[in-house]
Amino acid sequence: MAEPQAPDRINDFVIKLANVNGTGSASANSLLMKAIFRMGVPVAGKNYFPSNIQGLPTWYEIRVSRDGYVARASHVDLMVAMNAETYAQDLQEVSPGGYLIYDSTWPRSHQLQREDITILGIPLSKICNENFDGVRARILMKNVVYVGAVAALLDLDLEVISGLLEQSFARKPKLVEANQQAIRMGFDYAMQHFQCPLPCRVEAMDKTADMVMIDGNTAAGLGCVYAGATVGAWYPITPSTSLMDAYKSFCARLRVDAETGERSYCVIQAEDELAAIGMVLGANWNGARAFTPTSGPGISLMSEFLGFGYFAEIPAVLFDVQRVGPSTGMPTRTQQCDILSCAYASHGDTRHVLLFPANPEECFYLAVEAFDLAERLQTPVLVLSDLDIGMNDWMCPMLQWDDEYRPDRGKVLDAETLENMDEFWRYDDVDGDGICWRTLPGDHPRGSYFTRGSGHNAEGRYTEDAEEYQAVVDRLLRKFDTAAGLVPAAIETPARSATELGLISFGSCDGAIREALDLLEAEGIHLHYLRLRAFPFGDEVRSFLERHEQIFVVEQNRDAQMRQLLISEGGARPEKLQPVLHYDGMPIGAEDVIEGIRRLLAQGEAA
Amino acid sequence: MSFMPKPRVAHPGLPRNELGLTRRDYEGGMSTLCAGCGHDSITASIIQACFELSIAPHRVAKVSGIGCSSKTPAYFLSASHGFNSVHGRMPAVATGANAANQDLHYIGVSGDGDSLSIGLGQFCHAMRRNLNMVYIIENNGVYGLTKGQFSASADVGSKAKKGERNEQPPIDPALTALTMGGTFVARSFSGDKAQLVPLIKAAMRHRGFALIDVLSPCVTFNDHEDSTKSYAFTRQHYQPAVHTDFVAPATEIMAEYEAGESIKVDLHDGSHIVLRKVSPDHDPTDRASAYAFLRKRQKAGEHVTGLLYVDGSEPDMHMLNHTVQVPLNRLEWDTLCPGSEGLGAILARYR
Repeated sequence: MAEPQAPDRINDFVIKLANVNGTGSASANSLLMKAIFRMGVPVAGKNYFPSNIQGLPTWYEIRVSRDGYVARASHVDLMVAMNAETYAQDLQEVSPGGYLIYDSTWPRSHQLQREDITILGIPLSKICNENFDGVRARILMKNVVYVGAVAALLDLDLEVISGLLEQSFARKPKLVEANQQAIRMGFDYAMQHFQCPLPCRVEAMDKTADMVMIDGNTAAGLGCVYAGATVGAWYPITPSTSLMDAYKSFCARLRVDAETGERSYCVIQAEDELAAIGMVLGANWNGARAFTPTSGPGISLMSEFLGFGYFAEIPAVLFDVQRVGPSTGMPTRTQQCDILSCAYASHGDTRHVLLFPANPEECFYLAVEAFDLAERLQTPVLVLSDLDIGMNDWMCPMLQWDDEYRPDRGKVLDAETLENMDEFWRYDDVDGDGICWRTLPGDHPRGSYFTRGSGHNAEGRYTEDAEEYQAVVDRLLRKFDTAAGLVPAAIETPARSATELGLISFGSCDGAIREALDLLEAEGIHLHYLRLRAFPFGDEVRSFLERHEQIFVVEQNRDAQMRQLLISEGGARPEKLQPVLHYDGMPIGAEDVIEGIRRLLAQGEAA
Repeated sequence: MSFMPKPRVAHPGLPRNELGLTRRDYEGGMSTLCAGCGHDSITASIIQACFELSIAPHRVAKVSGIGCSSKTPAYFLSASHGFNSVHGRMPAVATGANAANQDLHYIGVSGDGDSLSIGLGQFCHAMRRNLNMVYIIENNGVYGLTKGQFSASADVGSKAKKGERNEQPPIDPALTALTMGGTFVARSFSGDKAQLVPLIKAAMRHRGFALIDVLSPCVTFNDHEDSTKSYAFTRQHYQPAVHTDFVAPATEIMAEYEAGESIKVDLHDGSHIVLRKVSPDHDPTDRASAYAFLRKRQKAGEHVTGLLYVDGSEPDMHMLNHTVQVPLNRLEWDTLCPGSEGLGAILARYR
């Protein structure tokens, strides 16, 4: 037996479950996480899965954090090693003093041993073979049995697990019974054979009462429903698919007439991403709120139409749930690698409004805001989430909704106004903010105009005239300035002690950064933190850049794309922006941030 | 894409339709295409059809892609909104626009390059969805704006202006439409307005995807002796298979059609089409028969024209989706947003 761990591991440890995909482990692992969440203890789950349906290794990591840290932790306290293929690797990954559970039905090689951890063998297959019939049931139940064993080892409340099972299988009482039995068998085995509970264990808290466990794609899909979006067009692509799945399933519950079965929405599975964005532009041009979810390869394909949307000034909302590039890259791994390709998507002088949600909560709010901004600015708005936010369950404050909210449809002339106008010119900047008035097809004959991606003048007519063309593209630049004042402002979190150092980041880095800042502070390193939420950058970003002499820019890509954008669009001097980069496809952790900053600070001292 | 305004003077004696509008009210900007271009005749036929149907111009949305043909929506219905999209992607824009508002008429104008090469996929998928729109291909077998390359509809053996011979088999839009589930498949010739106008009218009243492939000679790049899409060749090999008459709702069918020879096809708004068969081995209400007939005549070197196939009973995109009758862009806010109370209930599942 290894040295017992320090008692402060209560509600502060990491469980990793190594499984084979397609064996039903996902629901068992989520049951485990939810049970901890329902005991009032902050928890985060991350799924590391292959781009495959069945038979390849998959891992699920549950971080229990009484302090509420949600980023990936770089250690493993309890490994549930269910995959023979990755067993050796999984064994190595356990932190010294940690624990490993394995299926002891069959003997392991004597080489697969470690003296500095505690290895707990449970004959999972044997238990299942003796108690359940059918190959599939035996495979599935093995997962539930280990959940029972982990419940005993971590001192989880069996009542809570029971409640969760009853809820998930509400319509299948027989399954509830079988699952309860499997939980009990695992629980009893662990109680009889091991010293339960372990030093790293769960104690009920009250920190999750006003929280939900939700993934970013579900939250964004819900945001589209709340924003009043009626048309969704998409082409399936990991990791964005579940966003449209969520929208569809919310609509199926909320937007179908109970009597007639008629739907107040239209979801179109397009033939490709080129068509998906074309449909979104067509629908928005025609006055519906329409959106498309996609990922990196989809951005490449949608680029031509994005340029059209920018130049012809058509609202559109696009969610880019980023995954690892370039090319096909690693479709089931996370990165923030589409910043530049989204900011300047399409040929010619083009630029787009980007929003950067940091968590599922913001996916919901920024989804709604994206539709308002797209219509206010009459341009595509790209919401840049990523796989870590989009597909993992995050603990977030309960989402709120203001019933006073009404959508901002922007500058649209209605039939009555058109009736009383002498003439209407589509691209005439009457208000001086770069945003012109538009009309919707079908409303009034006087509102008609010709939407085109070719050169046009302020009246909306075709032009090849040098001055007329330039007047339009210069106005578009003015409109982008207007956008900088309308997009959600960056959020500054000042250091608790005076410092010259700054840190800029965005999106899913936020969790790791908050944790890193606390740890660095304990070491006496203080940083002012600015979290970007949108591009173009507002005055607060310029001010932060001016006020700090040394700024670390933390992001999840190789080429420091946000740093490049801050230099070219934020007016920052390159030498004061120092990149801290993490881009191996795994979610960023606090240690990645700390290590990067320490290294740069040491280099600075050495110089 | 005209930048020349057209004088807006109308003779007081011009005939008016049910809306009190004259034909002039359906015109657009001045065409900038080459003199004699077949496309301009098609434009005139669209104008005539919309005028005769008394469609309010602002209730039409015109969509197109890129190319000579795709410029033409600027030359008709100036009181309609137009959307000149990117190359080959008009069907997507039309699909989205139609999703947002199913109450408007959608007229798409495309070319053989736009629909059969770069946009072949979107063309097929719009038919597969049975998108409710009129889709006109102004087919001349050649790329005009880039000066004379063969298009995918060029016939084997047809020669380019500079003498190059096309060796690749053509993609036939009508055969493609029959394969892909098009519910209204017609072919015509820009030079035959008497045939084309009733076809466009019937297409406008058809609920579903109505393709009209219109042979439309390119006077500049494909009207020479060795071309199979020239005016002369088309006139010689032009073979009307069916005579189509559009009959407005509540109009009695004239008795001059002989029994057995004419087929009446009901349209969803109460109007109907009367088809007079010219060839005995062609049944325009049978997809397989229409396909076989077309293949056979194609082998004989004929451009078979008329309404080749029609089926008004297939559900369109909105019927398949069970969309509400009110256009989606007109729905009231409280029917769309579940509010704070709804949110609490939804989030209970995420606890």
